[in-house]
Amino acid sequence: MEISISVNGTDRRSNVEPRTLLVHYLRENLGLTGTHVGCDTGYCGACTVIVDGRTVKSCTMLAVQADGRAVQTIEGVANGEELHPVQEGFWERHGLQCGFCTPGMIMSSIALLEKNDNPSEDEIRHGIEGNLCRCTGYHNIVRSVQYAGAKMRGEEPQGASQEVTS
Amino acid sequence: MSTTSVMGGIVRRKEDPSLIQGKGNYVDDIKRRGELAAAFVRSPFAAATVSSIDTSAALELDGVHAVYTAEDVRHLGLNPAQVAVGTLRPFLADGVVYHVGEAVAMVVADNRYVAQDAADLVYVDYEPGDAVVDLKEAFADASQVHDGESNTLLTWSGHAWWEGVVELPDPSPGIQEAKERDDTVVVSLEMVNQRLIPTAIEPRAVLADWNSGYGSVELWSSSQIPHALAGAIGVIFGIPSNKVRVVAPEVGGGFGLKLNVYPDETLVCFASKQLGRPVRWTETRREAGFASIQGRGWIGTATITGTKEGKILGYELDAICDMGAYSQNFTVAIPLLGLFVAPGQYDIPTSYALHCVVTNTPTTDAYRGAGRPEAAYYLERIIDAYAREIGMDPADVRKANYWKSDQFPVTTAVGMTMDSGDYEANLDALLDRAGYEELKARRDAARSEGRLLGVGLSSYVEVCGFGPSALAGLGFSWGGYGLPTSFNGSGVVRVQPDGTCTVTIGTGPSGQSHETTWAQIVADGLGIPMENIEVQHGDSLDSPMGVGTFGSRSIAVDGTATYEATNRVREKAATIAGHLLEAAPEDIRFEDGSAHVAGSPDRTVAWAQIAESAYQPHTLPEGMEGGLESSVVFSPPNATWPFGSHLALVEVDPETGDVDLLEYWATDDCGNVINPMIVDGQLHGGIAQGVAQALFEEAIYDEMGNLLTASLVDYPLPAAGNLPMFSLDRTVTPSDVNPLGVKGIGEAGTIGAAQTIVNAVVDAVSHLGVKHIDMPLRPKRVWQAIEDARN
Amino acid sequence: MYPSNFDYVAPTSLDEALAALSGSENAKLLSGGMSLLPLMKMRLVRPTTVVDISRIPGLDTITDEGDHIAIGALVKHADTASSELVGKHATALAQAAGTTADIQVRNQGTTCGSIAHADLAADQPAAALALGATMVAASVRGEREIAAADFFVDTLTSALEDDEILVELRVPKGGKSAYAKLGRRGGDSDYPIAAAAVWVDASDGTVADARIAVTGVSSKPYLAVASAQAVVGTDGSGDAIASAASHATDDVVVLEDLYGSVEYRTHLASVFVKRALEGVLG
Repeated sequence: MEISISVNGTDRRSNVEPRTLLVHYLRENLGLTGTHVGCDTGYCGACTVIVDGRTVKSCTMLAVQADGRAVQTIEGVANGEELHPVQEGFWERHGLQCGFCTPGMIMSSIALLEKNDNPSEDEIRHGIEGNLCRCTGYHNIVRSVQYAGAKMRGEEPQGASQEVTS
Repeated sequence: MSTTSVMGGIVRRKEDPSLIQGKGNYVDDIKRRGELAAAFVRSPFAAATVSSIDTSAALELDGVHAVYTAEDVRHLGLNPAQVAVGTLRPFLADGVVYHVGEAVAMVVADNRYVAQDAADLVYVDYEPGDAVVDLKEAFADASQVHDGESNTLLTWSGHAWWEGVVELPDPSPGIQEAKERDDTVVVSLEMVNQRLIPTAIEPRAVLADWNSGYGSVELWSSSQIPHALAGAIGVIFGIPSNKVRVVAPEVGGGFGLKLNVYPDETLVCFASKQLGRPVRWTETRREAGFASIQGRGWIGTATITGTKEGKILGYELDAICDMGAYSQNFTVAIPLLGLFVAPGQYDIPTSYALHCVVTNTPTTDAYRGAGRPEAAYYLERIIDAYAREIGMDPADVRKANYWKSDQFPVTTAVGMTMDSGDYEANLDALLDRAGYEELKARRDAARSEGRLLGVGLSSYVEVCGFGPSALAGLGFSWGGYGLPTSFNGSGVVRVQPDGTCTVTIGTGPSGQSHETTWAQIVADGLGIPMENIEVQHGDSLDSPMGVGTFGSRSIAVDGTATYEATNRVREKAATIAGHLLEAAPEDIRFEDGSAHVAGSPDRTVAWAQIAESAYQPHTLPEGMEGGLESSVVFSPPNATWPFGSHLALVEVDPETGDVDLLEYWATDDCGNVINPMIVDGQLHGGIAQGVAQALFEEAIYDEMGNLLTASLVDYPLPAAGNLPMFSLDRTVTPSDVNPLGVKGIGEAGTIGAAQTIVNAVVDAVSHLGVKHIDMPLRPKRVWQAIEDARN
Repeated sequence: MYPSNFDYVAPTSLDEALAALSGSENAKLLSGGMSLLPLMKMRLVRPTTVVDISRIPGLDTITDEGDHIAIGALVKHADTASSELVGKHATALAQAAGTTADIQVRNQGTTCGSIAHADLAADQPAAALALGATMVAASVRGEREIAAADFFVDTLTSALEDDEILVELRVPKGGKSAYAKLGRRGGDSDYPIAAAAVWVDASDGTVADARIAVTGVSSKPYLAVASAQAVVGTDGSGDAIASAASHATDDVVVLEDLYGSVEYRTHLASVFVKRALEGVLG
């Protein structure tokens, strides 16, 4: 069926089978492969995108459900050459290793910081609980979000890129 | 030597700009014109004969191009890329299935949705047999997995594991003698080191494009071993390996599960060859529980015999190790890796028997740590139990039995030579930093209020950085490929005509930051800025021959090769610069993108000018060959031996058994460090996977061999809220088997963590009479252990 | 993990949706999709028609109706969790919604959807039971009200007919309520291994009335009647709470799974009845 979705600010019209999952629509129809698939059951969060301002798991949403809505993916996060503070935070604080969970993790972190740009460690951990990472143990992801929060508040991020004391 | 010191420094990763913008290229992101998608029909039975397969309905479906069964691929033989012990795997089950999820047929269709529609229409008749799932029953061999073959493939023995090479005196008589003494105690525990599903967040994915015109195939695979895979594909299809290009682009986590040559990699090549179109397959998360390897899966009894003063007189482990139904790349070699570190950091008589046993379950193979976490688990758990039995602090018991720093190099009870170590200093550094005495006081104070706090400790030693090449004698190869046969590393360093640098290496990352780390090595050696260095990897034709990324080996082996290649390029460049500056080569210094004469900073020539000269041989010194590149293969004389100590503070909810990991400290020693930020990141993730084994994860099978935990709903990976920040520190004892002094850090965290957590939880409840709880320490188990101890 | 084919309709009025639902043999209702889509991806459910009700106006509000609050069919878990109205008058429901799954799921899934799905281990059904909620079911035959106590029939089975839509959840005001749970990944994360929602009317120092619901323990979320009786008429002290806790699994068949034995779940039910009661009486 015919759908029309605003994706990263651009209206996209496509004809899809109703069974097409939003994530496959983004990846296969639009070539936006930054949104990843890591599981079948809506648990890993690698497919997280923002629909009408809220994070959703695009592997557990039909493309037809997004008809008429606004979708933001990782490809729409940076402002041209200028990285979003969350992207910058992940780079500065080594918030990624293999990078596969990263786009989803960044989308959740953005949504978290847009609600509260000065979250506690606990609030950050709960704010990204729907995104699983197998590489980082979340330690540096928490620090990446803290870095981004400081940037978004107009403050200088504290701490170093690594913390070994010796 | 250059003065631009980026070695040992924190450098932002070169990998990140693409990945944080969603521009990374993982296999499933790559698109080929006209590509088709595959889906598999998988067995619902763990042991069955296949009496018939009806593909007609599937073939009639619109958009279906082919359905293949064993008959179609029988001519390809068995998957050769497997360790030489055990049963080899056919590409599609040929008349018999040996585990649930084994592929019986492959469908190729226009896209993955239609492929699944068609797979649902393939009707297979099975005659189910008796599945052998329970590991102890399998070891007892009452019912055989493979008709006429013992379920026990082999038993690794601690003192004679390599016939003709390692033959040490049998420690058992001495240990038996110690047991019979009046002044000794014997402490024994049966413990399960449960099966795990590695679960890289990127499922495996493959895409093959067979070009019958060129007689060649390109295969993209989310693989840790592109060269070995290319070799296997060449052998299987009878084509030269220089007609096989395997590309491992971005790989979304490996942890050992992508260290295999899987049937699906061959099958997509086959389908592409037959159909003349590219064919892809991407594993679903559920399939990952069947189609990829699993890890761990040991049941063992650990026993310590020692004096009441803490001197260990004998350590014994007798364990059954689950191999699954088939042997794959390493399978029976995984317990052997554990055996290599059986005595840990200790100078103790060690008797080891590891029985490699097949069951009707998916194959086990390398998962992060691969044998070494299991070995560390049994040893460090039983040492804790021994310390508790004799009423000594577990830290003191460890110190009483460590190898001393002035004894190195040492030959361990299993015949391994360890290069260096200062274990006591490392443990002391950890205990001081964590405030060990205060923690114990805090635990005791909490206990008096009815709260259950526990402090747990573990030491570990790891063997990694494989080679040496001599280990190849234990191994297997295919067409000159294979893994141990080429336990060496490679690196090519080329300065381009414009003065930028391309580094091509034999191993590639699945998150370990090779691009950044290798660029640091080269930037340090050449004084070329990091941003002018590109690191290429993962292409079996364009990268130098490589073994793969596993066993925490890349930096110690391929990193060293690159370091040596860098040195050779620098030497040549110094000669050219000396020629251009009319100075002696030994007086040339490199920094900030140029060369200058020592003591005369004004006499300078840019890398671009040196490179320009190198590629215009008439400008070079008389007789010098043109070009500015070096290719080095490095074969280390030994493996490396990282070590460390970990400490955890946990709280147990006495009513529910829920474990809260409050704090975690680790002091690790991986030798010299190239990028501390990256090393710490490896530790964080490694520790998290160890904690995950201790508290959360378990692959559970029912008696029919069904995997009950195939989805993340039932296989709970820890989320951010389940883990604390990790407090890290390090000691630095450089390795002497490579000039960088590096050891490897990819698996260390995992090897140290699981028993640290279990020791802490048991500490929290030991005063109630609990001696051991098997992992994962889910609330139900902890509560049950408390209940059982009370009653 | 790719759903099989189906017809999709997205009606813009309730009447259209009800007609579509009654007019198809094997139609499934889709709102947030958090339960339905994973089942469809595994092809455990293969509907011929999916009726997406998310475009029907007026069903996405939480309103104050004087003696009760009304939660529409399309209200997301996240909205239930953060609603001041729900937080004030139906604390247990807000808490249960706030610990349902994770943020993305709470952004997508709906409170009514979770209740209608009737998973034996879902959070919010327990809160609906304890709060004495009323479910409003609509079909082409009209609307009917179902008391929460009559709503949960068995695992994944509610009192809803196949052609009915749970259009509204009505939660009476008054009293105090709380929800306490142990999740599969420890703490309150993930599905409950066991959890309890309690509601008490104890405004004058004595527990005048109480309802206690338990989830994750048996084949359906249930009201622990004996537990409630044990606390009613008491001062809500520790002894009364302990007595209530001891009856948490009276007359139910406790189930076991990978996360808990019968014995353990029986014990946990008591623990969380106690903890939830301490939350409102402590």
